[in-house]
Amino acid sequence: MLYFSRWKVATILATAFVIMLCVVPNFLPAGLVASLPIWAQRHIVLGLDLQGGSHLLLAVDTNAVRKEKLETLRDDVRQTLRRERIGYTGLVVRGNSVEVRIRNEANVEEADRRLSELSQPLGGILAATGQRNLDVTRTGNLIRLSVTDPAILERVRQAVGQSIQIIERRVNELGTVEPLIQRQGTDRILVQVPGLQDPTRLKQLLGQTAKLDFRMVDTAVPPETARQGNLPPEDELLYSSDEPKTPYVVEKRILVSGEDLTDAQPGFDQRTSEPIVTFRFNTSGARKFAEVTQQNVGKPFAIILDSQVISAPVIREPILGGSGQISGSFTVESANDLAILLRAGALPAPLTIIEERTVGPGLGADSIAQGKISAYVGAAMVVLFMLVTYGLFGVFANVALLVNVVMIFGVLSMLNATLTLPGIAGIVLTLGIAVDSNVLIYERIREEVRGGRNAINAIDAGFSRALATILDSNITTFIAAAVLFFVGTGPVRGFALTLGIGIITTVFTAFTVTRLIAASWVWWRRPQHVPI
Amino acid sequence: MRLLRIVPDDTKFDFMRFRRISFPLSAMLSIVAIVLYFTAGLNFGIDFKGGTLVEVQTQGPADLARMRAALTALELGEVQLQQFGAPNDVLIRVAQQPGGDAAQQEAVQKVRGALGSDITYRRVEIVGPRVSSELLSYGIIGLMLAIFCILIYLWFRFEWQFAVGAMIANTHDLVLTIGFLSLFRIDFDLTSIAALLTILGYSLNDTVVIYDRTREMLRRYKRMPIADLLNISVNSTLSRSVITHVTTALALTALFLFGGQAISSFTATMLFGVVLVGSYTSIFIAAPVLIYLGVGQGRETADEAKERP
Repeated sequence: MLYFSRWKVATILATAFVIMLCVVPNFLPAGLVASLPIWAQRHIVLGLDLQGGSHLLLAVDTNAVRKEKLETLRDDVRQTLRRERIGYTGLVVRGNSVEVRIRNEANVEEADRRLSELSQPLGGILAATGQRNLDVTRTGNLIRLSVTDPAILERVRQAVGQSIQIIERRVNELGTVEPLIQRQGTDRILVQVPGLQDPTRLKQLLGQTAKLDFRMVDTAVPPETARQGNLPPEDELLYSSDEPKTPYVVEKRILVSGEDLTDAQPGFDQRTSEPIVTFRFNTSGARKFAEVTQQNVGKPFAIILDSQVISAPVIREPILGGSGQISGSFTVESANDLAILLRAGALPAPLTIIEERTVGPGLGADSIAQGKISAYVGAAMVVLFMLVTYGLFGVFANVALLVNVVMIFGVLSMLNATLTLPGIAGIVLTLGIAVDSNVLIYERIREEVRGGRNAINAIDAGFSRALATILDSNITTFIAAAVLFFVGTGPVRGFALTLGIGIITTVFTAFTVTRLIAASWVWWRRPQHVPI
Repeated sequence: MRLLRIVPDDTKFDFMRFRRISFPLSAMLSIVAIVLYFTAGLNFGIDFKGGTLVEVQTQGPADLARMRAALTALELGEVQLQQFGAPNDVLIRVAQQPGGDAAQQEAVQKVRGALGSDITYRRVEIVGPRVSSELLSYGIIGLMLAIFCILIYLWFRFEWQFAVGAMIANTHDLVLTIGFLSLFRIDFDLTSIAALLTILGYSLNDTVVIYDRTREMLRRYKRMPIADLLNISVNSTLSRSVITHVTTALALTALFLFGGQAISSFTATMLFGVVLVGSYTSIFIAAPVLIYLGVGQGRETADEAKERP
């Protein structure tokens, strides 16, 4: 156990040295690190609990997705039947399906065939399962089209993908460093933004769907009658976004939507110097807008954001240039935010914040200080205790401990891992566990000495017997750490990570570094008795 | 230099005889812990119960009465205020609001409004009903999974009796720790699950060291009565057990004293579980329980069978 071949020594030292070297980028100024090659840039990232920031877990509103899907389906059914000139009554959304009654018995067969064409095999990862997006059933002259659960799931999955891109654009406008935006599960998005003092603005930016459309106001129907329920099917009643809530009767038909925008910027109205948002349409949007404004001079149209009327100006003259401005009762900041939202695009479905954890930078700095103090005090006490208990071998143990801790930080750097406060706790706990491997070895050596072996034999036997135990006993803790890593989230995961890495480096140092130090000492001093 | 010997060499304590005391004692404590769990219950934090936790810092010393009055007026259900650390640090807990995930966000906006602007928000945590129920089930699944994996591992490495013995010992550790959490109303949150898993792993670590030695002894001494054999195993690893627990206790005490409020319940739980229960269990429960599980009973008969023609 005490003999090392030359290449083995070299390998051990090189491995330990390289891993320890990985710590270096953490101490270099950020500018210098950025100029290094990519592989040398890896460093430890401080968790949100240490540097401050916001952790938001957003969920796509599955019910809204379902509702939208059903409404689109109803429109599709209406269009199909109209195109085929098939008379129908009672086209409604009921529960999870769209129902329609065919007026003429003779047309039912034809209608069923045409509507069945709306049912498509699912694409994406569900393509192989042969499932379809719709189930079409017929009872008498009633045709029912049900949206299948896999279809909803697929749509939710798409919505998450699209939302991530849009969120990225919105968050980037905040100008923070290294935001993390990630899919979680089927319907969730994790957003982590470090270094925010107040997440209110972030939440406002994420909480809005920002669906913008331009529609005509139906002046034929006064809002009062609409309120009493006399609303033509092609109209809907919407309210203004600012207080007091003014009702507007607007057409459901969308003239131009936010998708046709190419740019939006905050600005000031030249006459009133109120904050406004100016926008520019793409070519097709500009053409549509020009047509509509030419036909409707003198009539009001509504600019609607997330089903609220921002403003309803009267068209004074045709707007042909493809650009315009939105004035509402904006503040400078809300105009700026709206411009950001319009540039980033609309979310495909509303998002709900289901978990929020925000740590202010003050608390983060305090936590770092507390983590440091407890690590220093813990380390000092352990080191002192080992010295008092094992003397020279205690020094060996402490050298191994130092190598061990630096290696933990080295591995964390290599993994670009996140260090959290519980993560620091994991490292401090590892100090205790790491020392245990030395204790096992030294106690075994003491025993072997008592058993009558000479010094070199006792050290040799102590190592070889203790190492099996070290492996066995550390694997149980490692299993616990691994399970914790997979079920845990956030800071707790940081704890599992440092604990797990700590166990690996502990076993490594016990098998190599500690043994190498003892072997070198034996080779150098040729001891007659063991000083422990 | 004379080195410190916490445990003298060649101790010969008859630990196995203590099982007549330690087993009833542990059984009683476990029952107390279980009763506590079912009557007083655990003090679930927002991770598992849902709701809102806000840590604020006021300009001068916090006027708790005024803040409480302002928050009670919001009618948000149960609102707890707790001053900790410095006189201007206040922890506010707001119970989960009915009405789903969005309602929690509205509640926090109201709290922000009621407390005014001359306050620093150090930490805001909002856990909605969906997430809290998931976190709890993940936590329970995690514990079960860890116990299962470790059981399988021990079964592979040792005989089945050792695996069962270790599990009895560790379930005992977990039960007592849960009793401790319940008795002292320590916040039970995600870090508590981490603490329980660490206690599980760490206490097993200790048990495995003794079991390793027992296995070695079983191979060496074929005819020694199992109680004597276990006594030797425990005595010969005693020094190591004590020293290791001292170093771990030192590290954890440093964390408990200086680690701050955010991890204090975590370190308190681990200090209790790892240092107090873990060391007691390995010696007084895990080792003697092997006697009842019939470890080493087959040895003599096997040897005799070999000797017979």
